[in-house]
Order: sequence, then structure tokens, then C-alpha cells
Amino acid sequence: MTIKAQLFITCLAEQFFPDVLKRMVGLLERLGVQVEFPEEQTCCGQPFFNSGYRNQARELAVKWLKVFGRTDGFIVSPSGSCVDTVRHHFPELFPPGSAEHRQAEDAAARTFEFTQFLVHQLKVTDVGARFPRKVTYHSSCHLLRGLSAREEPKALLRAVQGLVLVPLPGEETCCGFGGSFSVIYPEVSKSMMESKVRAIESTGADVVAVCDAGCIMNIAGGLRQAGSSIRAMHLIEILTAGREAS
Amino acid sequence: MSQVQATIDFRRNTQEVPQQMPAAVQKATAKFLGNRAVLVEAFGNESWQALRQAGHDIRLHAITHIEHYLEKAEAAVTRAGGQVHWARDAEEARRILLDIAARHRVKLAVKGKSMATEEIGLNHAMEAAGIRVLETDLGEYIVQLKGVGPAHIVVPAFHLSKEEIAALFHEKLGVNAPAEAEQLTRIARMKLREEFLSADMGISGGNFLVADTGTIVTVTNEGNGRMCTTVPPVHVAVVGIDKVVPDWESLTVLLKLLARSATGQKLSCYTQFISGPPRSPAETGPRQMHLILLDNGRSRILKTPECRETLLCIRCGACLNTCPVYNNVGGYAYGYPISGPTGVIFASQILGTRIAGALPFASTLCGACNEICPVKIPITQILLHLRRRVAEGDESEDAAAPYALRLGAQVGAVALGTTGLYRLGSELLKRLQAPFVRSGWMPRLPAPLNRWTMSRPFPAFAADFRQWWRDRPAAGGKRGTHEPSA
Repeated sequence: MTIKAQLFITCLAEQFFPDVLKRMVGLLERLGVQVEFPEEQTCCGQPFFNSGYRNQARELAVKWLKVFGRTDGFIVSPSGSCVDTVRHHFPELFPPGSAEHRQAEDAAARTFEFTQFLVHQLKVTDVGARFPRKVTYHSSCHLLRGLSAREEPKALLRAVQGLVLVPLPGEETCCGFGGSFSVIYPEVSKSMMESKVRAIESTGADVVAVCDAGCIMNIAGGLRQAGSSIRAMHLIEILTAGREAS
Repeated sequence: MSQVQATIDFRRNTQEVPQQMPAAVQKATAKFLGNRAVLVEAFGNESWQALRQAGHDIRLHAITHIEHYLEKAEAAVTRAGGQVHWARDAEEARRILLDIAARHRVKLAVKGKSMATEEIGLNHAMEAAGIRVLETDLGEYIVQLKGVGPAHIVVPAFHLSKEEIAALFHEKLGVNAPAEAEQLTRIARMKLREEFLSADMGISGGNFLVADTGTIVTVTNEGNGRMCTTVPPVHVAVVGIDKVVPDWESLTVLLKLLARSATGQKLSCYTQFISGPPRSPAETGPRQMHLILLDNGRSRILKTPECRETLLCIRCGACLNTCPVYNNVGGYAYGYPISGPTGVIFASQILGTRIAGALPFASTLCGACNEICPVKIPITQILLHLRRRVAEGDESEDAAAPYALRLGAQVGAVALGTTGLYRLGSELLKRLQAPFVRSGWMPRLPAPLNRWTMSRPFPAFAADFRQWWRDRPAAGGKRGTHEPSA
């Protein structure tokens, strides 16, 4: 039986890291997955939900559920926080027993974050990648605590040939992104981001691997501001290193 | 405590955080977290998780049946010879206490550490009534000398260095103290000893109130709490109604959780059980014992199902210690004596969102607090509900967010939720950004994104996946042949 994955590309990855999405398609197909892309998709509504605007979040959830509800197979996304929204918050937006609530629960059950999809659904940790660099890993909060993915990303990294994984002090401490938090309380966000950048620099790694677009924007920007030579990369970029995106 | 701002301006407060604050806070919180981790590991993670669940269930049961247990506690305290007073709000609690003080002609009151008395602004009220009131917990003593409130709910002065404290003692007490912890403690101890002996009233809080026996439980490390509750002729305990627990069996679970989570101790140095005043003239201790049961908005919290678990809190401070926001700003930025994640959810409900509506947003929703909380309060879930209260209003309050922001959310949702507009927007942004882009990044952006670019560049908009997908040779239709776990 063919495994089918509907791409849930997410706003931030689409706007800022389209290369990650293309590489994700390539990797999934190499692993034998049939990839589809529901083109009507837009935002899942997370920014609204997290800011307290439930009515707007509900409108976007209805739209998202309509788009993905028409599809079959798994729904796979390169972002833990967006998956956490679909998985845990969509059902909260509708009264139990309603048709929308059932739809939300159905969608929640088949929506997976990329690393968990690989490790638990495809049962793959070694994707045959080679990346002979020193890498450290920052754990994204919603992936870690929302989806309980503590080990999956690191298992994938450890299986990469030539890659040396070095521990990051405060690996599980938030980088200070927090969505709208970064512009509502910019001074605090800055302070948190700078602590994260210092911790990353202390590892002597060449690359910091991250699994969520928001954290990458923040950490990569912070590293750039600090004049650091360390690169922030989405885990998918490491798993597909040396291959063309298309 | 210092007075609460008319509107708590968290951002402005964070801008005024002294430069050395984050490092001092982080040094102390790392120590507490380290000690806690050692004990939790020794306890065994699985047993610890089970204990947390038990703690959660006990606390939830207690606050769900709060009227029953409070009546039971009242009867037991009264039977033991204590006097119980009910205070609907801070004003009433202060009045009750001042009445008792007036009846006993109190000139000096000594206080053990208590967040409930901070909450009601007791010191200020007593001083206004001409009563000297002295904090006797070392940390509280120091911050009182300094004229500020606690920076942490467990360790109020932990952000101050030995040098700063020595200078403060020199300035306020006129003593030449070396910047050395033991010497400084000895000086404070000597000063306080005289005060304990001449005080007319002792004031304490209560970590728990055991309904079965009407026992007030205090958990302390310095022995000052014991002095306050035994030496002066009158003892008044101010205890939030949420502190009630059914019985001693429940208490043992919570005590195990509390000291480990707070300071990384198996048990604090002093755990004191006060069950009424002396029963015969032969027994020593205060002749009168009063218990003020403080509501001050707690009943209202209980009425909102999404938020009621706020009241499970046992004030251990672990969520402060682990919170990355707290660790970068310290306690004062919150503008309320109870700070950090638990302070945010408590204060924004007690004060209301018109005063404290900024606080629910003082979090990245990272969830570290949920993970560490010994009674499993779903803090981020409560934060999300409180954000909703600010943005849209709920059963208990109308929306507090400015109209422009609410309108912006409506427009934003339409733009992001309409496929055509969404795509148009991402194309437009790619064009409009051109003057700002320098090799894939935008170092400076106009408001409001200048709040981002003040600390790091913003990545350039680069959406081209949809086009790429369409242009692929086997667009959207390439068939894979994966055999599941073959």
C-alpha cells in the first residue's frame, strides 16, 4: 500500500524557507511517499489563536479543515507549532459533538510533524544523508512540549553519516521567538535570543539544527547580527545536504 | 509591597530592568533548579510524575469542594479557640487586621513571609495607621529596608549581591558590615531578636490550611516564622481560601512536592503546624490566634472553568525558576508581588485585564512552566484563555484590547484565510520589500517590524514553492511506491 502525505507547508516556511519545502518533497518521495499539495491551503490560524482571537482562529480553522478534509492519507508539516495547533487546539475551537469538532479530531489524528512522521510512521531514522560537520540541536518548544518530540530529531541527526552531534547547553530553553511576543516585548525577546546565540556559540558547532521556521528566523537572524559564522539550518536541509532542492 | 500600577506596563517595566538583574537571577534560579533536579532524580521520575498527579488531584478536589472544606476548617479553628474572620477583598482584610491591632493597642508587628499580605498591601496600610511593621524573613527584611517588594515569591532578595546588602545595612542600620553572608545574617538576626521580644503582634501567612483539624501550616527555612507565631501575645494568620486541603494525608503529598520544587530540599528546615492558641494557662504562646480567610477574587476565578486551576498553586516558585521570560527580567517587571508564570495567571485575574491585561502576553508559550509545576497547573492553557479574555472578552470580563487591534485581527484573518488574497499578499511583499533587502535579509524595517529589526535582521520574503510545485515535471502526481516498514 502506498503511503500518501498531504503537504501542510505553513505560512512561515512558505514565505521564508521555500527551499526547505522543496527538499522535503524530494526526501519524502525518495522514501517512497506519494506527496500531494492541497493548493487552496493558507494559514492554520495559530497567530490568532495564540493572541486570543478565537473567532478569527476558528474562521481559519474552518477553512483549513475544508481544504484538508477533502484529502486522504497523512498530513505532514515541517513545523511543530503548526501541527500542535491543528492537533491540540483545533478541537478546542468547536463544541464537542458538532460536525466541525469531528472533522477537527479526524484531521488532528492524521496530522504529523515531519520528524515524527519519519521516525514513527515511516519508521526511518537513517535517510542515507551525509553531512560531515559539527552540529548542535536547538529544541523548539511546541515540538518538544506540545508534541513530546524530545528524541526524534536527534535520532535523525545521529544517523547522518559524518555528522558530529554536540549537546547545546540549555537545549530546551526557548529562543525568545514566541510569535507576536517577539514584537510585543522586543527587549525580552532580544535578551532571550542573545542567550541562545551565546549558548550556540559556546558549542563550537558549525551548524545549529532547528525544526521550526519561527525559531530559525530568530536564531539565524541573531547569529547574523552577532557576526557569527555558525549557520542555522532546518533539519530537513541537513537530511538532504548535497542534493539539489529540485 | 509597592503599590500596583494603574495599568501594568510590562514592556516599560522590562526596559527598566537593571543590567545586572538577568545574570543575578539566572545564577540563583540555576542553583534551585539544579538542587531540585537532583532530588527529583533520586525520587525516581516515574514516582515523581505519580506524586505530581496526586498533588494535582488533591488540590483540584479541595478547590472544587472549597465551601465544604472551609466550613470544616472554620469549625475546627473555632473549636481549638482561634477566631476566624472572612475577608471578601483586600480592603476588608486590611480593616479586620487593623481592628484587631487597635483592640490590642499594637505599636509593633513582626511578620513572617507571606504572599497573601503582600497581595493585600498590608504593610502600607499598617504604617498609614501608625503601626510599625517589620518583615523578619531575611530576604523580606532586606527588601523592606530597601523600600521595594519581593523579586521572587520564595527568595525575595535573591537578586542582590552580598556587597549591595552590606551597603544597604550600612546605610539603613548604621553598621559596618563585611560583604559576607554569615556576618550579614548575624547582624540581621541580632536586630530582629530585639524586635521579636518587644512586638505586640505576630503576622504570618499559611502555606496550607488543614480542614480536618484547622491547622495552619507554614513552611520556612529561617525560624523567624516560628518566632512571629509564638512570641508576641497575638498571632494573626492571613490565608487565601485556596490554601485549604482536606486532611493530613493530603498534606504529606503536598509537603513532599513543595520543598523539593521550591528550594530543592526534601523538607524545609521548619515545617510548623499551628492548631489554635494555648489550651491552658500553663502552655506558652500567643493568648489569641486569629485566622483571616482571604477571598479577594478567588471565588471569581473558581467560576471560570478554563481558569480555576490557577488556584491549585502551592507557591513553590519552580515556574519562575524555569521561565525564560522571568529569568531575563526578574520579578519587578511584572508589577505585582507574585511574579513569573503563576503570578501572571493569578494577577491578571485578581486585578482584572484592564489593569493587568499586558501580563498574559508576557510569555512565549514555551510550556516549561507546565512541565515543572508540581501540581500540574496547565499554565499555558490558562494563559491562552486569558489572552482570549483580553482580545474578545469572556463571561467574566469584556474585551480590553484596543479596537484598532481587534479590527486588525479581523482584516488579517480575512487576508490570511482567502487563498487569492494570501497569494497576492505574498507576491506583493516580495516586490515591496526590494528597497529593504540586503543579501537575503532586511536589516531595518518600518514599524511595527522595527521592533524585530532592533535586535536582528528579518529574512526576505521568498515564496516560490507554489510555482515550483506547478512547474515540476510530474506536478503533484508523482507516484511513490513505498511499502510500509518493508
